[in-house]
Amino acid sequence: MPISTLFTVILLLLAVAFYAGQRKALGFRARAQTQALPFYHGAWFAVYLIAPACAVLAVWSLLDGVLIKSMVLQSLPAQFSGASDAERELLYSEVSRLAYSRFSSTNADALQGSVGTYMSLNATSLKIKYTLSAMVMLACGAWAWLRLQPAFNARVRFERVVLALLLGSACLAIFTTVGIVFSVLFEALRFFDTVPFHEFVFGTHWSPQMSIREDQVGSSGAFGAVPLFVGTLLISAIAMTVAVPLGLLSAIYLSEYASRSFRAWAKPALEVLAGIPTVVYGFFAAITVAPLLRGFGEMLGLSVASESALAAGLVMGVMIIPFVSSLSDDVINAVPQSLRDASYALGATRSETIRQVIIPAALPGIVGGILLAVSRAIGETMIVVMAAGLSANLTINPLEAVTTVTVQIVTLLVGDQEFDSPKTLAAFALGLMLFVTTLCLNVIALKVVRKYREQYD
Amino acid sequence: MSNSHSPSTIEIVNRNLAVRYARERRFRRLGLAAVLSGFAALIFLMVTIVGDGWRAFQQGYIELEINFDAEALEIDDPADDDQWQYADYTSLIRSALRERFPALQTRKEKKLLYSLVSPGADYQLANMLVENREWLGQVQRVRLPVDDDIDVLLKGYVDETLPEDERRISNAQIELVKGLKSSGEIALGFNHIFFTAGDSREPEQAGIRGALIGSFLTLVVTLSLSFPIAVAAAIYLEEFAPRNRITDIIEVNINNLAAVPSIVFGLLGLAVFLNLFGMPRSVPLVGGIVLTLMTLPTIIISSRAALKAVPPSIREAALGLGASKMQVIFHHVLPLALPGMLTGAIIGMAQALGETAPLLMIGMVAFIVDIPAGFTDPATVLPVQIFLWSDSPERGFVERTSAAIMVLLFFLIAMNAVAVLLRRRFERRW
Repeated sequence: MPISTLFTVILLLLAVAFYAGQRKALGFRARAQTQALPFYHGAWFAVYLIAPACAVLAVWSLLDGVLIKSMVLQSLPAQFSGASDAERELLYSEVSRLAYSRFSSTNADALQGSVGTYMSLNATSLKIKYTLSAMVMLACGAWAWLRLQPAFNARVRFERVVLALLLGSACLAIFTTVGIVFSVLFEALRFFDTVPFHEFVFGTHWSPQMSIREDQVGSSGAFGAVPLFVGTLLISAIAMTVAVPLGLLSAIYLSEYASRSFRAWAKPALEVLAGIPTVVYGFFAAITVAPLLRGFGEMLGLSVASESALAAGLVMGVMIIPFVSSLSDDVINAVPQSLRDASYALGATRSETIRQVIIPAALPGIVGGILLAVSRAIGETMIVVMAAGLSANLTINPLEAVTTVTVQIVTLLVGDQEFDSPKTLAAFALGLMLFVTTLCLNVIALKVVRKYREQYD
Repeated sequence: MSNSHSPSTIEIVNRNLAVRYARERRFRRLGLAAVLSGFAALIFLMVTIVGDGWRAFQQGYIELEINFDAEALEIDDPADDDQWQYADYTSLIRSALRERFPALQTRKEKKLLYSLVSPGADYQLANMLVENREWLGQVQRVRLPVDDDIDVLLKGYVDETLPEDERRISNAQIELVKGLKSSGEIALGFNHIFFTAGDSREPEQAGIRGALIGSFLTLVVTLSLSFPIAVAAAIYLEEFAPRNRITDIIEVNINNLAAVPSIVFGLLGLAVFLNLFGMPRSVPLVGGIVLTLMTLPTIIISSRAALKAVPPSIREAALGLGASKMQVIFHHVLPLALPGMLTGAIIGMAQALGETAPLLMIGMVAFIVDIPAGFTDPATVLPVQIFLWSDSPERGFVERTSAAIMVLLFFLIAMNAVAVLLRRRFERRW
């Protein structure tokens, strides 16, 4: 049954169940005093009729693939018994394609038996799935129907279900974090089985291309990530040297000097910069800024790589300006007016007040904001993918091409992947590094910002 | 004492005043310069994009007299749709070109002639004939897109002073086009292909319709998952959550997830949804789920702010009249907070619409010509289409990339404008 049909059937059943439950409640409401409105009887009944069956359906759908796979692989003819795990994967996908499409392979005859098993298993699984769900639905429905009585407080029960749903939604944030940690960690650990951790973190040679054949000339895969870390830091540093002064000065000007009307349109206009998709910045950096810098460098007699770190860094800095400025704006506005008044009363000019009173008072908050901006710059992907290079040069010269952690993740994972080659797994190890770094920066920054906010509240 | 020469305080202050005021002015100008340089960057970006892209909304067309001869097309059974669809339209275009220029006879000259029309024009011709079946056996004047090299020439990007072998276009081609242009047979017109076609290897046949539909389907999944979940989570955290460790962990998690690089969500999608659950690659369904996880924190945070803005007196009044806590929230607080939540959701959707990196991870970068029809069809989205086109060196693709960016920015501006309007319309001061 296609998903859309299943969905419609479930919705229909929900509606019917709700109506039936409500009707029953309306019926006994005429005779006796009830504990809840008929709406709640209907809603509670509908939930108990549908939810357990849906749970069974979902669990079975998730598990049956794995079960069928292991059973089919056991049924493989003897000639394949020596196959490795990867080959067995391939054989399995061949079986499933043979079963459901006009696909032909050299193994078609040998796999005939397995294809038959596969198809019959699938058919049985489908049958069991729907029968089981229907049985669960009938059992739960009957139990719930009997409980619908005047003395039954359906409202309290139903509200409990709703509360559980609300809690579940809130916990999704935890599941997401756990999911990220496990998915990245698991693959990264597999990577560290083949490439030692210290080699990855301290190695200075990065060339992840593995030779396909044993006798092939070329790189055998080196996974020293230092050039990537240096490249990432270089581009982030360029971005921050653009974004921090410009963002901070803009925030100071807008909150301390600008007239109300100028501020009213200038602030949203600056924030437009933050709303532009990063892919647009990437295109801008690659097509416009990089050639400009190159031409400019030629004028000065410098050789600028066409994928220089400078172009990517500059554009990334522009992207981060509004981020720095709006965070600094918040903290500058949180500095109490009394501090300013005191400084003016002592005869300080506005700029002296800003430099000697407001900035020192706001400093922890500003640092927190800058840390968040750094974490943003490190994790930024599209600008560097489009404007920075692919070759891992270990250099801190901003005119040369460098590569970054995110660029490598994208290049390693886009296209076909095999999940047992260190090349693919390396992307997850890089992802782990990225996640851990940005997480630490975020935790520190959020702590600093929060602590600072409380100081003047 | 007053006649001593040590200067009084006011004298010291006055002496330094000019310097201090100058410093004050400098600082102020510095601030203004910072704001203005931000604007300058924004304006520079916009001007480049629009300057590069506006020409992509135009396309060169050539007018040809096509003889839809049933015999040449080998259509003998009008009921057979395949015959209409797969007939040899290319030779029809070629013979029309030959008839227009009977003087060009050599192989080389003919090749030159054929290079005027887009190699994909036969599809357009096929579609025209299928829509107007009565044309069969008639001679009709039709407009077909020209090849992208000719298109570039028409738009004036070809430097004719360059030596001939350094251009993609020969002198003979330029002469041919000039002749046709002066007779009005080749002209620039509105580029409707850009809005009605999917991706293509030929710039003049490439359009954003597939990417737009892909983006739309992905956003539908994202919105229908993230909005209810975010509202539910916000209600729990704002109204029910006890002050304890678990609540703290949830809050810290949400704040952190809001700052996790988007590409990490792509890794999660790849490892969990594609590998573990075996969901198909490059489909809007998976893209939507990944973007849901990414935008959830944003929407949760703004939904909580909206709930916080509803004054406690509303809750107390409802409680006083005997409503249960759940009823208070769902009947009274939620309707009042909904506009604010919707505003947050629209801003989250705008963020999701512009997001590229996580979708690259789950394979939405494939070259897909067909226009997706459902949530489980392979598709690409607008920002990824921009990324794909930006890699192509042809002038036609540079132009179309900028035009696609303009379309993307148009949608983003529209969404943000709706959010602002919604806020203005429903904003309430309590």
